Amino acid sequence: MKQEKILCSDGAADAPAPVIAARGLDLTFQTGDGPVQALKDVNLEIEKGDFVSFIGPSGCGKTTFLRVIAGLEHPTGGAVSVNGMTSDEARRSRAYGYVFQAAGLYPWRSIAGNVRLPLEIMGFSRAEQQERVEKVLQLVDLAGFGKKFPWQLSGGMQQRASIARALAFDADILLMDEPFGALDEIVRDHLNEQLLALWARTGKTIGFVTHSIPEAVYLSTKIVVMSPRPGRITDVIESPLPRERPLDIRDTPEFLEVAHRVRQGLRAGHAYDD
Amino acid sequence: MKGVLPIVTIVAAILALWYAAAVGMNAAWTRDQAVRAGVELSLAEVVADTLHQERPKLPAPHQVAAELWDTTVAKKITSKRSLVYHAGITLSATLLGFAIGTAAGIALAIGIVHNRAMDMSVMPWAIASQTIPILAIAPMIIVVLNSVGVQGLLPKAFISAYLSFFPVVVGMVKGLRSPDAMQLDLLKTYNASSVQTLWKLRWPSSMPYLFASLKVGMAASLVGAIVGELPTGAVRGLGARLLAGSYYGQTVQIWSALIGAAVLAAALVGLIGLAQRITLRRMGMAR
Repeated sequence: MKQEKILCSDGAADAPAPVIAARGLDLTFQTGDGPVQALKDVNLEIEKGDFVSFIGPSGCGKTTFLRVIAGLEHPTGGAVSVNGMTSDEARRSRAYGYVFQAAGLYPWRSIAGNVRLPLEIMGFSRAEQQERVEKVLQLVDLAGFGKKFPWQLSGGMQQRASIARALAFDADILLMDEPFGALDEIVRDHLNEQLLALWARTGKTIGFVTHSIPEAVYLSTKIVVMSPRPGRITDVIESPLPRERPLDIRDTPEFLEVAHRVRQGLRAGHAYDD
Repeated sequence: MKGVLPIVTIVAAILALWYAAAVGMNAAWTRDQAVRAGVELSLAEVVADTLHQERPKLPAPHQVAAELWDTTVAKKITSKRSLVYHAGITLSATLLGFAIGTAAGIALAIGIVHNRAMDMSVMPWAIASQTIPILAIAPMIIVVLNSVGVQGLLPKAFISAYLSFFPVVVGMVKGLRSPDAMQLDLLKTYNASSVQTLWKLRWPSSMPYLFASLKVGMAASLVGAIVGELPTGAVRGLGARLLAGSYYGQTVQIWSALIGAAVLAAALVGLIGLAQRITLRRMGMAR
């Protein structure tokens, strides 16, 4: 694994403890066709307030890695710490919100009801539930849609509602597994822009799985390039782009340079023919 | 009203077939009687007689209709000859048995979904319970319960429950397991308890399965209640009407009781269908 930081921004001196740290992570699934190594010797540190994208072809273990961080999957070797705890402790202390590829809203609950779901489970008071639901719906630009039902909303709006649901209990970490993968490009651009604004306002640490190079480069402060068989990190790129990013930053030379390096990293990882 | 014509056509076809069968099956008796009396009957006379016998092999539709009218509308509900009275007796056992069976079925399904030991052990027993002919086990249940002092409605309801819990178990196990891995993972990220997962996700997700099971269970309940009435000496209920009818060769009474049972079952299943439509529409799950 090479981890040069040629594009390092203004260098984090005396850095505080990382929010998420993975050391020597190995994960082997036992399948009917024998063991499959999903992750091999994965090392990564994510600082508070980072926006980290995991990019790579399918089968590179990016989703698996995110699930390990979330404590939904357990490594067979190495360790991962989240907020200084094990991933399971972090999950139990509700340290993160998780957004899946599908919005997965309950059809029998209104949008507000769906956003309220984690709050009900976590035992927030009625008044606080109400307050938080309103706040996060505003945060994702869905104020006034609380009484609607999922089927009345477009796919992009549903995914925004699912982000609001992940934000509702105000965890410091937001883990997103290809949240915009099923949406068309125009909607996706719009949501990317909104996500950046949301990130700037809330200062959350975000882990974001994607297979789109422009999306990864546009959103991230740190891009983790992964490759398959076995799933491993081939490159970690610190983005030189400023945190303030209008959509047309994607036409600047800096942006294209980062995108180029991501593409190179992806190509280098493809040691097999396809 | 496009839907009416096909229905009317089918009903007319059934009635025509029924009348033809009634003539065919009852003609032997008519001819036999005619030979004994030494009279010669024309074809029209034979047909007319086959449709108006007192104890036909197969009563004609109008005879059954007349009997139904006589025993529902013309009789007082409190009368022992009122079909409504007997249907009411059967209905109460059916509903009680259905409630017990549904509750037991749901409880078992919840246990199966949450407990590995139950998952491995309960289903084979449930299946085995349904392979025993209910007609064989019903008298045992009546006798055993009677010996411990339980009489009347409850033994019949118990037989109903015995038949109706099964479709509910099968349907609800499938329904409670219907949420996909992503939905379950989501609740895991909230560190939700299994009780919370049950109430907030598994239970609502299982509603379409529940209603499908309830329809089957309701029909089975009615069968159970009728069967349960047979070994009790056939005093009251639709089952008693069927049994008494067969003792005394009252085929018209049997057929009207059968039709009464069918109408009752259709009404009950229809009610569940209505509840299903309303519930699923409210839950945004209507298809």
